[in-house]
Amino acid sequence: MTHPGEEAHHGGESADAGWALETSEAARSYPVRTEADLLTVRHAVRDATEELGFSLVDQTRVVTAASELVRNAYVHGGGGTLFIDPLRQARGVGIRLVVTDEGPGIEDARQAIVDGFTTGSGLGHGLGGARRLMHTFEVHSVPGKGTMVTAVRWTDR
Amino acid sequence: MSPYREGARARVSTVPILRLGDVLVTGLLGELDDSSALALAEELTARIAQDGARGVLLDISRVDIIDSFVARALMELSTMAQLLGARVIVAGMRPPVAITLVELGIELTGVETALNAEEGMASLGWRQSDALPAEPRA
Ligand SMILES: Nc1ncnc2c1ncn2[C@@H]1O[C@H](COP(=O)(O)OP(=O)(O)OP(=O)(O)O)[C@@H](O)[C@H]1O
Ligand SMILES: [Mg+2]
Repeated sequence: MTHPGEEAHHGGESADAGWALETSEAARSYPVRTEADLLTVRHAVRDATEELGFSLVDQTRVVTAASELVRNAYVHGGGGTLFIDPLRQARGVGIRLVVTDEGPGIEDARQAIVDGFTTGSGLGHGLGGARRLMHTFEVHSVPGKGTMVTAVRWTDR
Repeated sequence: MSPYREGARARVSTVPILRLGDVLVTGLLGELDDSSALALAEELTARIAQDGARGVLLDISRVDIIDSFVARALMELSTMAQLLGARVIVAGMRPPVAITLVELGIELTGVETALNAEEGMASLGWRQSDALPAEPRA
């Protein structure tokens, strides 16, 4: 689900399982360590989308997707980090969300994305739902090392 | 793994629950965090039993996002209420929130909705005049 013209950033998983974070200079990072952080990052995403000129419905889509991803990092990943990356490019304006954690990782990301799949008590709609709310969506995960989800939404499509 | 459990016990919902006849009325705030959402659902369930309420009106017109966590809390509240013989009506969902929920693929199964609080109250059979003292007889 990579946007046409966008180089697919299948994060280079180096030997130490650090991955290439493909964020621009403008990206800001937010810790996701406590439940209060979940609210803080929601605000930050809301503000960023508003500033970038997203419509109200699109703001809601992006904030909701972010909420799903940071909650996953908090609940399943033992906490992590959200990067909010405003994209102002020749081809348009958008936002990239990158959520990383160093938790147990996802054994089978394809399966995890399927609606209804959960290893907890959730609805299992977080990953699949977030994917539908964004234009591009990629999950990188190494069992035992952590998870990185990257998602982009553009303002004009 | 449930990082919420402790918080849900420690916090007390700050949204007041009003009682109008056999209906409980309350609202969610835009800023509601997960623990507060759970705490409110628990408190409402307890109040339904205590007060013998037949209906609950939950005004969500100030809520600017509903993700799968809050959606699940709403569904569970409705199920619990049903078991206790009460209906829950969720009123005033903002259009962007409704659109996003559909795309999340969450149908809020079992949750009754109303366009706004007034319609919600009406479908719970509550009329303004019910709450007024009887007219003194001439
Ligand atoms: N950051 C993560 N680290 C480890 N496992 C994860 C992570 N994110 C998701 N998962 C796994 O993928 C499954 C599906 O995630 P998804 O968000 O779709 O559902 P959920 O979190 O279980 O429930 P919901 O989000 O609907 O409340 C999870 O149950 C979990 O096993
Ligand atoms: Mg989830």
